[in-house]
Amino acid sequence: MRPPCDPSKFIAEAVKSIPPSGIRRFFDLVSGLEDVVSLGVGEPDFITPWHIREMCIHSLEKGQTSYTSNYGLPELRDELTRTYYKRYGLDYDPASEILITTGVSEALDIAIRAVVNPGDEVIVVQPSYVAYVPSVILAGGKPVIVSTHRDDDFSLTAEALKPAITSKTKAIVLNFPNNPTGAIMQQEGMEDIADLVVENDLFVISDEVYECLTYEGTHVPFSSLEGMKDRTVMLNGFSKAYAMTGLRLGFAMGAPDIIHSMMMIHQYCMLCAPITAQIGAIEALRNGKGEMERMVREYDRRRHFIMKGFNSIGLECCSPKGAFYAFPYIGDTGLSSSDFAERLLNEKKVVTIPGDAFGEAGEGFLRCAYAASLDDIKKAIERMGDFLDKLKQ
Amino acid sequence: MDEMIRHILEILENDARASPEEIAALTGMSAQDVSQAIAKLEETGVIRHYKTIVDWDLVGENYVYAVIELKVTLERNQGYQVIAERIYKFPEVRSVRLLSGDYDISLTVRGKSMKDVAFFVAEKIATLDQVQSTSTHFVLKTYKEDGVILHEPESIQRLPVSF
Repeated sequence: MRPPCDPSKFIAEAVKSIPPSGIRRFFDLVSGLEDVVSLGVGEPDFITPWHIREMCIHSLEKGQTSYTSNYGLPELRDELTRTYYKRYGLDYDPASEILITTGVSEALDIAIRAVVNPGDEVIVVQPSYVAYVPSVILAGGKPVIVSTHRDDDFSLTAEALKPAITSKTKAIVLNFPNNPTGAIMQQEGMEDIADLVVENDLFVISDEVYECLTYEGTHVPFSSLEGMKDRTVMLNGFSKAYAMTGLRLGFAMGAPDIIHSMMMIHQYCMLCAPITAQIGAIEALRNGKGEMERMVREYDRRRHFIMKGFNSIGLECCSPKGAFYAFPYIGDTGLSSSDFAERLLNEKKVVTIPGDAFGEAGEGFLRCAYAASLDDIKKAIERMGDFLDKLKQ
Repeated sequence: MDEMIRHILEILENDARASPEEIAALTGMSAQDVSQAIAKLEETGVIRHYKTIVDWDLVGENYVYAVIELKVTLERNQGYQVIAERIYKFPEVRSVRLLSGDYDISLTVRGKSMKDVAFFVAEKIATLDQVQSTSTHFVLKTYKEDGVILHEPESIQRLPVSF
Protein backbone atom coordinates (compact mmCIF):
# COMPACT_ATOMS: atom_id res chain seq x y z
CA MET A 1 0.00 0.00 0.00
CA ARG A 2 1.24 3.49 -0.81
CA PRO A 3 1.81 5.71 2.24
CA PRO A 4 -0.67 8.52 3.12
CA CYS A 5 0.41 12.03 2.34
CA ASP A 6 0.08 15.45 3.91
CA PRO A 7 -0.74 17.73 0.96
CA SER A 8 0.05 20.89 2.95
CA LYS A 9 3.75 20.24 2.45
CA PHE A 10 3.28 21.03 -1.23
CA ILE A 11 2.11 24.58 -0.55
CA ALA A 12 4.56 27.23 -1.76
CA GLU A 13 6.28 29.43 0.81
CA ALA A 14 5.05 32.60 -0.87
CA VAL A 15 1.42 31.53 -0.44
CA LYS A 16 1.99 30.56 3.17
CA SER A 17 3.42 33.99 3.86
CA ILE A 18 0.26 35.80 2.76
CA PRO A 19 -1.30 37.28 5.89
CA PRO A 20 -4.77 35.93 6.76
CA SER A 21 -7.77 37.92 5.59
CA GLY A 22 -9.07 40.37 8.18
CA ILE A 23 -12.72 39.62 7.48
CA ARG A 24 -12.97 35.87 7.12
CA ARG A 25 -14.06 35.72 10.75
CA PHE A 26 -16.90 38.14 10.00
CA PHE A 27 -18.29 35.88 7.30
CA ASP A 28 -18.68 33.14 9.86
CA LEU A 29 -20.15 35.46 12.47
CA VAL A 30 -22.71 36.96 10.08
CA SER A 31 -24.07 33.69 8.75
CA GLY A 32 -26.43 32.46 11.45
CA LEU A 33 -27.47 35.96 12.53
CA GLU A 34 -30.80 37.49 11.56
CA ASP A 35 -31.84 41.13 11.17
CA VAL A 36 -28.27 42.09 10.29
CA VAL A 37 -27.63 45.53 8.79
CA SER A 38 -24.52 45.54 6.68
CA LEU A 39 -22.22 48.48 6.06
CA GLY A 40 -19.57 45.91 5.29
CA VAL A 41 -20.11 45.53 1.59
CA GLY A 42 -17.47 46.65 -0.90
CA GLU A 43 -19.77 46.92 -3.90
CA PRO A 44 -22.61 49.11 -5.17
CA ASP A 45 -26.10 48.20 -3.96
CA PHE A 46 -27.43 49.08 -7.40
CA ILE A 47 -28.02 46.44 -10.01
CA THR A 48 -26.13 46.94 -13.28
CA PRO A 49 -28.18 49.45 -15.34
CA TRP A 50 -30.70 47.62 -17.50
CA HIS A 51 -29.41 48.90 -20.84
CA ILE A 52 -26.06 47.28 -20.05
CA ARG A 53 -27.61 43.99 -18.90
CA GLU A 54 -29.89 44.02 -21.93
CA MET A 55 -26.91 44.38 -24.25
CA CYS A 56 -25.18 41.44 -22.52
CA ILE A 57 -28.32 39.31 -22.89
CA HIS A 58 -28.70 40.28 -26.53
CA SER A 59 -25.09 39.32 -27.24
CA LEU A 60 -25.69 35.91 -25.66
CA GLU A 61 -28.81 35.43 -27.75
CA LYS A 62 -26.80 36.22 -30.85
CA GLY A 63 -24.25 33.65 -29.76
CA GLN A 64 -21.34 35.97 -28.97
CA THR A 65 -19.58 33.55 -26.68
CA SER A 66 -16.15 33.23 -28.26
CA TYR A 67 -12.69 34.28 -27.11
CA THR A 68 -11.68 37.82 -27.90
CA SER A 69 -8.25 39.23 -28.70
CA ASN A 70 -5.94 38.81 -25.70
CA TYR A 71 -5.95 42.58 -25.42
CA GLY A 72 -9.76 42.69 -25.40
CA LEU A 73 -12.37 43.68 -27.99
CA PRO A 74 -11.01 46.43 -30.26
CA GLU A 75 -14.30 48.37 -30.01
CA LEU A 76 -13.97 48.45 -26.24
CA ARG A 77 -10.38 49.70 -26.40
CA ASP A 78 -11.46 52.34 -28.93
CA GLU A 79 -14.20 53.50 -26.59
CA LEU A 80 -11.73 53.69 -23.69
CA THR A 81 -9.36 55.78 -25.77
CA ARG A 82 -12.17 58.15 -26.68
CA THR A 83 -13.46 58.31 -23.10
CA TYR A 84 -10.10 59.15 -21.51
CA TYR A 85 -9.23 61.64 -24.21
CA LYS A 86 -12.53 63.39 -23.63
CA ARG A 87 -12.30 63.30 -19.84
CA TYR A 88 -8.68 64.24 -19.30
CA GLY A 89 -6.99 64.79 -22.66
CA LEU A 90 -5.12 61.52 -22.06
CA ASP A 91 -4.17 59.85 -25.32
CA TYR A 92 -3.78 56.07 -25.16
CA ASP A 93 -3.32 54.05 -28.33
CA PRO A 94 -6.07 51.41 -28.39
CA ALA A 95 -3.81 48.94 -30.20
CA SER A 96 -0.84 48.97 -27.85
CA GLU A 97 -1.56 50.88 -24.66
CA ILE A 98 -4.76 49.29 -23.33
CA LEU A 99 -5.37 45.81 -21.93
CA ILE A 100 -8.81 44.55 -20.90
CA THR A 101 -8.62 42.37 -17.80
CA THR A 102 -10.85 40.23 -15.62
CA GLY A 103 -11.52 42.90 -13.03
CA VAL A 104 -8.96 45.28 -11.57
CA SER A 105 -7.84 42.36 -9.39
CA GLU A 106 -6.26 40.63 -12.36
CA ALA A 107 -4.86 43.90 -13.73
CA LEU A 108 -3.18 44.51 -10.38
CA ASP A 109 -1.67 41.05 -10.20
CA ILE A 110 -0.22 41.12 -13.70
CA ALA A 111 0.94 44.74 -13.45
CA ILE A 112 2.97 43.83 -10.38
CA ARG A 113 4.25 40.62 -11.91
CA ALA A 114 5.20 42.53 -15.07
CA VAL A 115 7.55 44.89 -13.24
CA VAL A 116 8.71 43.22 -10.02
CA ASN A 117 11.87 41.11 -9.82
CA PRO A 118 12.56 38.97 -6.74
CA GLY A 119 13.82 41.24 -3.97
CA ASP A 120 12.45 44.45 -5.48
CA GLU A 121 10.76 46.70 -2.99
CA VAL A 122 7.29 47.95 -3.78
CA ILE A 123 5.80 50.74 -1.71
CA VAL A 124 2.20 50.17 -0.70
CA VAL A 125 0.33 53.13 0.73
CA GLN A 126 -2.02 52.12 3.55
CA PRO A 127 -4.80 52.04 4.63
CA SER A 128 -5.74 50.61 1.27
CA TYR A 129 -7.40 47.78 -0.56
CA VAL A 130 -6.29 44.40 0.74
CA ALA A 131 -4.84 42.89 -2.46
CA TYR A 132 -1.72 45.02 -2.87
CA VAL A 133 0.53 43.42 -0.27
CA PRO A 134 -0.28 39.79 -1.21
CA SER A 135 0.18 40.59 -4.91
CA VAL A 136 3.64 41.97 -4.22
CA ILE A 137 4.52 38.95 -2.07
CA LEU A 138 3.31 36.50 -4.72
CA ALA A 139 5.48 38.26 -7.30
CA GLY A 140 8.52 37.72 -5.06
CA GLY A 141 8.74 41.40 -4.18
CA LYS A 142 9.00 42.99 -0.78
CA PRO A 143 6.12 45.22 0.26
CA VAL A 144 7.15 48.38 2.08
CA ILE A 145 4.33 50.14 3.87
CA VAL A 146 3.82 53.88 3.95
CA SER A 147 0.98 55.12 6.11
CA THR A 148 -1.41 57.98 5.53
CA HIS A 149 -2.97 59.78 8.47
CA ARG A 150 -6.17 61.37 9.58
CA ASP A 151 -4.39 64.72 10.01
CA ASP A 152 -3.70 64.76 6.27
CA ASP A 153 -7.23 63.57 5.44
CA PHE A 154 -5.55 60.28 4.55
CA SER A 155 -3.89 61.64 1.43
CA LEU A 156 -0.27 60.77 0.74
CA THR A 157 2.41 63.35 1.41
CA ALA A 158 5.91 63.47 -0.10
CA GLU A 159 7.32 63.72 3.45
CA ALA A 160 5.73 60.41 4.40
CA LEU A 161 6.81 58.74 1.18
CA LYS A 162 10.42 59.90 1.03
CA PRO A 163 11.92 57.91 3.93
CA ALA A 164 10.48 54.66 2.55
CA ILE A 165 12.33 54.91 -0.73
CA THR A 166 15.57 52.93 -0.94
CA SER A 167 17.89 51.90 -3.77
CA LYS A 168 15.79 48.74 -4.10
CA THR A 169 12.46 50.51 -4.54
CA LYS A 170 10.99 49.65 -7.90
CA ALA A 171 7.41 50.82 -7.79
CA ILE A 172 4.69 52.38 -5.74
CA VAL A 173 1.04 51.36 -5.57
CA LEU A 174 -1.42 54.23 -5.22
CA ASN A 175 -5.17 53.98 -4.61
CA PHE A 176 -7.12 57.24 -4.83
CA PRO A 177 -10.06 57.68 -4.41
CA ASN A 178 -9.22 55.34 -1.59
CA ASN A 179 -10.84 52.22 -0.24
CA PRO A 180 -11.32 52.30 2.83
CA THR A 181 -10.81 55.98 3.74
CA GLY A 182 -12.63 57.72 0.87
CA ALA A 183 -9.64 60.05 0.55
CA ILE A 184 -8.71 61.69 -2.73
CA MET A 185 -5.46 63.43 -3.69
CA GLN A 186 -5.22 67.10 -4.57
CA GLN A 187 -3.20 67.95 -7.65
CA GLU A 188 -0.43 69.80 -5.71
CA GLY A 189 0.14 66.82 -3.46
CA MET A 190 0.31 64.55 -6.48
CA GLU A 191 2.87 66.79 -8.18
CA ASP A 192 5.14 66.43 -5.13
CA ILE A 193 4.80 62.65 -5.35
CA ALA A 194 5.54 62.81 -9.09
CA ASP A 195 8.77 64.74 -8.38
CA LEU A 196 9.86 62.01 -5.95
CA VAL A 197 8.96 59.34 -8.48
CA VAL A 198 11.18 60.92 -11.12
CA GLU A 199 14.03 61.65 -8.69
CA ASN A 200 14.13 58.01 -7.66
CA ASP A 201 13.25 56.56 -11.05
CA LEU A 202 10.16 54.70 -9.82
CA PHE A 203 7.20 53.12 -11.57
CA VAL A 204 3.64 53.88 -10.44
CA ILE A 205 0.76 51.43 -10.30
CA SER A 206 -2.32 53.57 -9.81
CA ASP A 207 -5.57 51.82 -8.93
CA GLU A 208 -8.24 54.35 -9.86
CA VAL A 209 -11.29 52.10 -9.84
CA TYR A 210 -13.25 54.66 -7.80
CA GLU A 211 -12.41 57.44 -10.27
CA CYS A 212 -16.00 58.23 -11.21
CA LEU A 213 -17.09 58.29 -7.56
CA THR A 214 -15.49 61.62 -6.73
CA TYR A 215 -17.85 64.03 -5.00
CA GLU A 216 -15.75 67.06 -4.20
CA GLY A 217 -13.29 68.42 -6.71
CA THR A 218 -12.36 66.49 -9.84
CA HIS A 219 -10.41 63.30 -10.16
CA VAL A 220 -6.87 63.71 -11.50
CA PRO A 221 -5.40 60.53 -12.99
CA PHE A 222 -1.79 60.14 -11.90
CA SER A 223 -0.83 59.49 -15.52
CA SER A 224 -2.19 62.89 -16.53
CA LEU A 225 0.53 64.69 -14.55
CA GLU A 226 3.32 66.01 -16.70
CA GLY A 227 5.88 63.33 -17.51
CA MET A 228 3.96 60.57 -15.69
CA LYS A 229 2.16 58.80 -18.53
CA ASP A 230 4.97 56.39 -19.38
CA ARG A 231 5.86 55.83 -15.71
CA THR A 232 2.34 54.93 -14.69
CA VAL A 233 0.01 52.07 -15.36
CA MET A 234 -3.54 53.11 -14.59
CA LEU A 235 -5.73 50.29 -13.36
CA ASN A 236 -9.42 50.82 -13.61
CA GLY A 237 -12.67 49.00 -14.19
CA PHE A 238 -16.42 48.99 -14.55
CA SER A 239 -17.40 47.48 -11.19
CA LYS A 240 -17.90 50.61 -9.15
CA ALA A 241 -18.89 53.26 -11.70
CA TYR A 242 -21.39 51.07 -13.54
CA ALA A 243 -22.32 48.65 -10.74
CA MET A 244 -20.86 45.68 -12.64
CA THR A 245 -18.84 43.96 -9.88
CA GLY A 246 -19.83 40.38 -10.66
CA LEU A 247 -19.22 40.81 -14.37
CA ARG A 248 -15.52 41.11 -13.55
CA LEU A 249 -14.19 43.66 -15.98
CA GLY A 250 -11.19 45.92 -15.61
CA PHE A 251 -8.53 47.47 -17.76
CA ALA A 252 -4.98 48.74 -17.65
CA MET A 253 -3.62 51.71 -19.56
CA GLY A 254 0.08 52.43 -19.86
CA ALA A 255 3.15 52.49 -22.04
CA PRO A 256 3.25 49.87 -24.85
CA ASP A 257 6.15 47.95 -23.22
CA ILE A 258 4.30 47.66 -19.93
CA ILE A 259 0.96 46.73 -21.50
CA HIS A 260 2.66 44.20 -23.76
CA SER A 261 4.43 42.59 -20.80
CA MET A 262 1.18 42.43 -18.86
CA MET A 263 -0.46 40.84 -21.90
CA MET A 264 2.31 38.21 -21.97
CA ILE A 265 1.13 37.04 -18.53
CA HIS A 266 -2.58 37.66 -19.18
CA GLN A 267 -2.61 35.51 -22.34
CA TYR A 268 -1.60 32.45 -20.30
CA CYS A 269 -3.38 33.01 -17.01
CA MET A 270 -6.63 34.44 -18.38
CA LEU A 271 -6.43 34.36 -22.19
CA CYS A 272 -9.02 37.12 -22.38
CA ALA A 273 -11.63 38.81 -20.23
CA PRO A 274 -15.18 37.42 -20.52
CA ILE A 275 -16.72 38.57 -23.77
CA THR A 276 -20.21 39.17 -22.33
CA ALA A 277 -18.81 41.62 -19.82
CA GLN A 278 -16.73 43.34 -22.52
CA ILE A 279 -19.85 43.87 -24.62
CA GLY A 280 -21.64 45.29 -21.58
CA ALA A 281 -18.69 47.60 -20.97
CA ILE A 282 -18.87 49.00 -24.51
CA GLU A 283 -22.52 49.83 -23.88
CA ALA A 284 -21.60 51.38 -20.51
CA LEU A 285 -19.07 53.70 -22.11
CA ARG A 286 -21.29 54.61 -25.05
CA ASN A 287 -24.59 55.16 -23.27
CA GLY A 288 -24.06 54.77 -19.53
CA LYS A 289 -23.13 58.28 -18.46
CA GLY A 290 -26.63 59.31 -17.37
CA GLU A 291 -27.26 56.25 -15.21
CA MET A 292 -23.76 56.42 -13.77
CA GLU A 293 -24.17 60.06 -12.80
CA ARG A 294 -27.55 59.28 -11.26
CA MET A 295 -25.94 56.59 -9.07
CA VAL A 296 -23.11 58.96 -8.12
CA ARG A 297 -25.61 61.62 -7.02
CA GLU A 298 -27.40 59.00 -4.96
CA TYR A 299 -24.12 57.96 -3.26
CA ASP A 300 -23.36 61.61 -2.66
CA ARG A 301 -26.66 62.05 -0.78
CA ARG A 302 -25.99 58.97 1.33
CA ARG A 303 -22.50 60.32 2.01
CA HIS A 304 -23.99 63.49 3.49
CA PHE A 305 -26.52 61.41 5.37
CA ILE A 306 -24.01 59.04 6.98
CA MET A 307 -21.63 61.87 7.88
CA LYS A 308 -24.44 63.74 9.59
CA GLY A 309 -25.43 60.51 11.34
CA PHE A 310 -21.93 59.85 12.66
CA ASN A 311 -21.75 63.44 13.77
CA SER A 312 -25.02 63.07 15.71
CA ILE A 313 -23.77 60.04 17.64
CA GLY A 314 -20.41 61.67 18.37
CA LEU A 315 -18.21 59.66 15.98
CA GLU A 316 -15.40 61.69 14.50
CA CYS A 317 -14.99 61.17 10.77
CA CYS A 318 -12.97 62.91 8.05
CA SER A 319 -15.22 63.90 5.20
CA PRO A 320 -14.75 61.23 2.53
CA LYS A 321 -14.49 62.89 -0.87
CA GLY A 322 -14.54 59.78 -3.03
CA ALA A 323 -15.46 56.07 -3.22
CA PHE A 324 -18.43 54.99 -1.07
CA TYR A 325 -16.83 54.53 2.33
CA ALA A 326 -16.79 56.55 5.50
CA PHE A 327 -13.93 55.86 7.93
CA PRO A 328 -14.93 57.03 11.40
CA TYR A 329 -12.50 57.06 14.31
CA ILE A 330 -13.42 54.77 17.18
CA GLY A 331 -10.07 54.83 19.01
CA ASP A 332 -11.55 56.95 21.83
CA THR A 333 -13.67 54.04 22.98
CA GLY A 334 -10.60 52.15 24.16
CA LEU A 335 -11.53 49.21 21.94
CA SER A 336 -9.42 48.02 19.04
CA SER A 337 -11.01 48.17 15.59
CA SER A 338 -11.54 44.42 15.51
CA ASP A 339 -13.01 44.26 19.02
CA PHE A 340 -15.31 47.17 18.24
CA ALA A 341 -16.48 45.69 14.94
CA GLU A 342 -16.95 42.25 16.41
CA ARG A 343 -18.90 43.45 19.42
CA LEU A 344 -20.97 45.78 17.25
CA LEU A 345 -21.90 42.81 15.12
CA ASN A 346 -22.62 40.47 18.01
CA GLU A 347 -24.47 42.98 20.18
CA LYS A 348 -26.18 45.24 17.63
CA LYS A 349 -26.06 43.20 14.42
CA VAL A 350 -24.33 45.88 12.38
CA VAL A 351 -21.58 44.78 10.03
CA THR A 352 -18.63 47.11 9.58
CA ILE A 353 -15.06 46.29 8.62
CA PRO A 354 -12.30 46.95 11.17
CA GLY A 355 -9.86 49.51 9.80
CA ASP A 356 -6.80 47.40 10.54
CA ALA A 357 -7.95 44.92 7.87
CA PHE A 358 -6.58 47.56 5.47
CA GLY A 359 -3.21 47.84 7.17
CA GLU A 360 -1.97 48.86 10.59
CA ALA A 361 -2.58 52.51 9.76
CA GLY A 362 -6.29 51.69 9.80
CA GLU A 363 -6.24 50.67 13.47
CA GLY A 364 -8.65 52.83 15.44
CA PHE A 365 -11.03 53.21 12.50
CA LEU A 366 -13.99 51.40 10.97
CA ARG A 367 -14.86 51.13 7.31
CA CYS A 368 -18.55 51.83 6.81
CA ALA A 369 -19.82 51.47 3.26
CA TYR A 370 -22.67 53.80 2.41
CA ALA A 371 -23.50 51.85 -0.74
CA ALA A 372 -26.51 50.70 1.25
CA SER A 373 -30.14 51.78 1.36
CA LEU A 374 -30.97 54.88 3.40
CA ASP A 375 -33.12 52.74 5.69
CA ASP A 376 -30.16 50.48 6.41
CA ILE A 377 -27.83 53.41 7.00
CA LYS A 378 -30.38 54.97 9.34
CA LYS A 379 -30.81 51.72 11.25
CA ALA A 380 -27.06 51.16 11.45
CA ILE A 381 -26.43 54.64 12.85
CA GLU A 382 -29.14 54.22 15.50
CA ARG A 383 -27.71 50.91 16.58
CA MET A 384 -24.15 52.26 16.59
CA GLY A 385 -25.37 55.16 18.75
CA ASP A 386 -26.91 52.71 21.22
CA PHE A 387 -23.70 50.70 21.21
CA LEU A 388 -21.57 53.77 21.93
CA ASP A 389 -23.91 54.80 24.75
CA LYS A 390 -23.58 51.36 26.27
CA LEU A 391 -19.79 51.53 26.04
CA LYS A 392 -19.75 54.82 27.93
CA GLN A 393 -21.75 53.43 30.85
CA MET B 1 -29.25 73.83 -13.14
CA ASP B 2 -27.85 74.21 -9.65
CA GLU B 3 -26.58 70.85 -8.35
CA MET B 4 -28.49 71.28 -5.09
CA ILE B 5 -31.77 71.96 -6.91
CA ARG B 6 -31.19 68.78 -8.90
CA HIS B 7 -30.69 66.83 -5.65
CA ILE B 8 -33.89 68.28 -4.15
CA LEU B 9 -35.96 67.51 -7.24
CA GLU B 10 -34.60 63.97 -7.57
CA ILE B 11 -35.32 63.24 -3.91
CA LEU B 12 -38.88 64.62 -4.13
CA GLU B 13 -39.61 62.96 -7.46
CA ASN B 14 -38.75 59.68 -5.81
CA ASP B 15 -40.44 60.40 -2.48
CA ALA B 16 -42.83 63.33 -2.30
CA ARG B 17 -43.05 62.93 1.47
CA ALA B 18 -39.36 63.64 2.11
CA SER B 19 -39.26 66.40 4.71
CA PRO B 20 -36.96 69.44 4.52
CA GLU B 21 -35.00 67.94 7.44
CA GLU B 22 -34.52 64.67 5.59
CA ILE B 23 -33.49 66.45 2.41
CA ALA B 24 -31.08 68.58 4.43
CA ALA B 25 -29.42 65.46 5.83
CA LEU B 26 -28.98 64.12 2.31
CA THR B 27 -27.53 67.24 0.76
CA GLY B 28 -25.60 69.00 3.50
CA MET B 29 -27.89 72.05 3.16
CA SER B 30 -29.73 73.51 6.16
CA ALA B 31 -33.40 72.55 6.54
CA GLN B 32 -34.32 76.20 6.26
CA ASP B 33 -32.50 76.58 2.94
CA VAL B 34 -34.24 73.45 1.68
CA SER B 35 -37.66 74.80 2.68
CA GLN B 36 -36.95 78.07 0.93
CA ALA B 37 -35.72 76.34 -2.20
CA ILE B 38 -38.82 74.10 -2.29
CA ALA B 39 -41.13 77.07 -1.76
CA LYS B 40 -39.53 78.78 -4.73
CA LEU B 41 -39.77 75.65 -6.87
CA GLU B 42 -43.47 75.41 -6.01
CA GLU B 43 -44.04 79.09 -6.69
CA THR B 44 -42.39 79.00 -10.08
CA GLY B 45 -44.28 75.87 -11.07
CA VAL B 46 -41.21 73.62 -11.32
CA ILE B 47 -42.88 71.44 -8.72
CA ARG B 48 -46.41 71.00 -10.07
CA HIS B 49 -48.01 68.65 -7.64
CA TYR B 50 -47.36 66.00 -4.99
CA LYS B 51 -49.17 62.72 -5.49
CA THR B 52 -49.32 59.10 -4.48
CA ILE B 53 -49.26 56.09 -6.76
CA VAL B 54 -51.99 53.75 -5.51
CA ASP B 55 -52.50 50.10 -6.40
CA TRP B 56 -56.31 50.18 -6.14
CA ASP B 57 -56.58 46.49 -7.02
CA LEU B 58 -55.14 45.58 -3.64
CA VAL B 59 -58.06 47.19 -1.79
CA GLY B 60 -60.64 45.65 -4.08
CA GLU B 61 -61.35 48.80 -6.07
CA ASN B 62 -61.07 47.34 -9.54
CA TYR B 63 -60.85 50.42 -11.68
CA VAL B 64 -60.80 50.00 -15.43
CA TYR B 65 -58.38 52.11 -17.42
CA ALA B 66 -58.38 52.75 -21.15
CA VAL B 67 -56.15 54.61 -23.53
CA ILE B 68 -58.22 56.53 -26.11
CA GLU B 69 -56.75 57.72 -29.38
CA LEU B 70 -58.49 60.70 -30.92
CA LYS B 71 -58.36 62.20 -34.36
CA VAL B 72 -59.62 65.75 -34.30
CA THR B 73 -60.36 68.53 -36.75
CA LEU B 74 -59.31 71.97 -35.75
CA GLU B 75 -61.63 74.88 -36.21
CA ARG B 76 -60.62 78.22 -37.59
CA ASN B 77 -58.58 80.31 -35.13
CA GLN B 78 -58.45 77.47 -32.62
CA GLY B 79 -55.51 75.29 -31.77
CA TYR B 80 -55.42 71.99 -29.91
CA GLN B 81 -55.61 73.82 -26.59
CA VAL B 82 -59.35 74.34 -26.88
CA ILE B 83 -60.20 70.69 -27.46
CA ALA B 84 -57.69 69.61 -24.83
CA GLU B 85 -59.35 71.87 -22.29
CA ARG B 86 -62.81 70.51 -23.10
CA ILE B 87 -61.50 67.02 -22.55
CA TYR B 88 -59.31 67.40 -19.48
CA LYS B 89 -62.10 68.96 -17.41
CA PHE B 90 -63.83 65.57 -17.14
CA PRO B 91 -62.65 63.93 -13.90
CA GLU B 92 -62.78 60.55 -15.63
CA VAL B 93 -59.90 61.69 -17.82
CA ARG B 94 -56.58 61.03 -16.07
CA SER B 95 -54.17 62.33 -18.71
CA VAL B 96 -54.31 64.16 -22.03
CA ARG B 97 -51.44 64.33 -24.47
CA LEU B 98 -50.96 65.82 -27.93
CA LEU B 99 -48.96 63.40 -30.05
CA SER B 100 -47.18 63.32 -33.37
CA GLY B 101 -48.10 60.56 -35.83
CA ASP B 102 -51.29 58.83 -36.97
CA TYR B 103 -53.64 60.37 -34.47
CA ASP B 104 -53.63 63.63 -32.56
CA ILE B 105 -54.57 63.24 -28.93
CA SER B 106 -54.15 60.40 -26.48
CA LEU B 107 -56.06 60.28 -23.22
CA THR B 108 -56.24 57.91 -20.32
CA VAL B 109 -59.69 57.36 -18.88
CA ARG B 110 -60.57 55.69 -15.60
CA GLY B 111 -63.95 54.15 -14.84
CA LYS B 112 -65.64 51.60 -12.62
CA SER B 113 -66.28 49.13 -15.44
CA MET B 114 -65.63 48.63 -19.13
CA LYS B 115 -69.20 49.66 -19.83
CA ASP B 116 -68.69 52.79 -17.78
CA VAL B 117 -65.61 53.76 -19.80
CA ALA B 118 -67.17 52.81 -23.14
CA PHE B 119 -70.26 54.92 -22.46
CA PHE B 120 -68.17 57.83 -21.27
CA VAL B 121 -66.19 57.80 -24.50
CA ALA B 122 -69.27 57.35 -26.67
CA GLU B 123 -71.31 60.02 -24.95
CA LYS B 124 -68.83 62.63 -23.84
CA ILE B 125 -65.81 62.39 -26.12
CA ALA B 126 -66.97 61.03 -29.47
CA THR B 127 -69.80 63.53 -29.55
CA LEU B 128 -67.55 66.58 -29.36
CA ASP B 129 -67.68 68.59 -32.57
CA GLN B 130 -63.95 68.50 -33.20
CA VAL B 131 -63.59 64.76 -32.67
CA GLN B 132 -63.39 62.87 -35.93
CA SER B 133 -62.83 59.38 -34.58
CA THR B 134 -61.98 57.56 -31.38
CA SER B 135 -60.22 54.29 -30.78
CA THR B 136 -60.45 52.77 -27.29
CA HIS B 137 -57.81 50.38 -25.87
CA PHE B 138 -58.56 48.86 -22.48
CA VAL B 139 -55.62 48.43 -20.12
CA LEU B 140 -55.25 44.81 -19.06
CA LYS B 141 -52.36 45.23 -16.63
CA THR B 142 -50.07 48.03 -15.55
CA TYR B 143 -46.49 46.96 -15.01
CA LYS B 144 -44.88 50.33 -14.46
CA GLU B 145 -46.50 53.66 -13.60
CA ASP B 146 -44.63 56.92 -13.78
CA GLY B 147 -41.25 55.30 -13.16
CA VAL B 148 -42.52 52.97 -10.44
CA ILE B 149 -42.52 49.22 -11.10
CA LEU B 150 -45.69 47.90 -9.48
CA HIS B 151 -44.85 44.25 -8.94
CA GLU B 152 -41.10 43.65 -8.75
CA PRO B 153 -40.36 39.97 -8.47
CA GLU B 154 -36.61 39.91 -7.93
CA SER B 155 -34.43 40.70 -4.98
CA ILE B 156 -30.68 40.31 -5.21
CA GLN B 157 -28.59 38.83 -2.43
CA ARG B 158 -25.16 40.36 -1.98
CA LEU B 159 -22.40 39.03 0.21
CA PRO B 160 -22.85 40.75 3.59
CA VAL B 161 -19.11 41.33 3.86
CA SER B 162 -16.61 42.10 1.10
CA PHE B 163 -13.54 44.28 0.59
